[in-house]
Amino acid sequence: MAVIELANPTRFLRLADRLLPWLACATAVTLAYGLFQAVQAPDDYQQGATVKIMFLHVPAAWLSMVGWAIMTVAALGTLVWRHPLADVAARAAAPTGAGFTLICLITGSLWGRPTWGTYWVWDARLTSELVLFLLYLGVLALYWTAEDPGRGARAAAILSLVGAVDLPIVKFSVDWWNSLHQGESIFRAGGPVIDPSILWPLAVMAVAFLLLFVTLHLAAMRNEILRRRVRTMQILEAQRAGA
Amino acid sequence: MIVDTHADFIVAAYAITAFIVTMLIAWVALDYAAQRRMLGSLEDHGVKRRSQRPGGTP
Repeated sequence: MAVIELANPTRFLRLADRLLPWLACATAVTLAYGLFQAVQAPDDYQQGATVKIMFLHVPAAWLSMVGWAIMTVAALGTLVWRHPLADVAARAAAPTGAGFTLICLITGSLWGRPTWGTYWVWDARLTSELVLFLLYLGVLALYWTAEDPGRGARAAAILSLVGAVDLPIVKFSVDWWNSLHQGESIFRAGGPVIDPSILWPLAVMAVAFLLLFVTLHLAAMRNEILRRRVRTMQILEAQRAGA
Repeated sequence: MIVDTHADFIVAAYAITAFIVTMLIAWVALDYAAQRRMLGSLEDHGVKRRSQRPGGTP
């Protein structure tokens, strides 16, 4: 099946119905294995057992950016090609992305207290991640409060494109400015600096979180398509009643 | 086993993450049930989308 054919909502719904049970099972199995690996992982020589918070914090941080990246690409689809599935994808990604950003902020704060001695500092990495969360809330507010769904979608798409500026700031903030937050330790020239005994559980948890994100996003897209069908049919019913 | 002076922070991080993930899953599942229920109700009232009428495209 060509990718372009999936742009048809009915075909997309059929594919989602087929994929979702498998994705949910894969997520559950990978998450269970990842949590087992996280419990078994040795303590860090400096941070002790608090390093176990990293298995939640780092994947959530990655997915907070993946969610906004999806919304940015979808925003182009909404504004340039005006494709309805693009807006469906963006709208479905917003609550899930906001959820993972909130996990990132809270787990980071709980990790910061024992390691840095504080829950929060206004440094570039933490502040830019908080800005990302506020941007998610802004997009959700636009979707939920717009009387005309089309106008709300366009406004959310514009905010998504503008907010994309925050993504490189989140990613490179620890390189550009002095920060209490540790520097890049995984995706760096020369390879990761984390010991394999801790890197492996982190990799498994990252895959589990990614599968969870894809499952939630696909399910939310399915819901959004159904919601639009309900709306269309309600309008038809109202027209029929008025005729 | 987590035996650490900072066990509270670790347990809190995992508990809050579990809560947020559960909320996301519940939101998606309840929303799906609600949309299906409304679609079923409209179809019971005889409302059909254009694509469901004779000659309509899927």
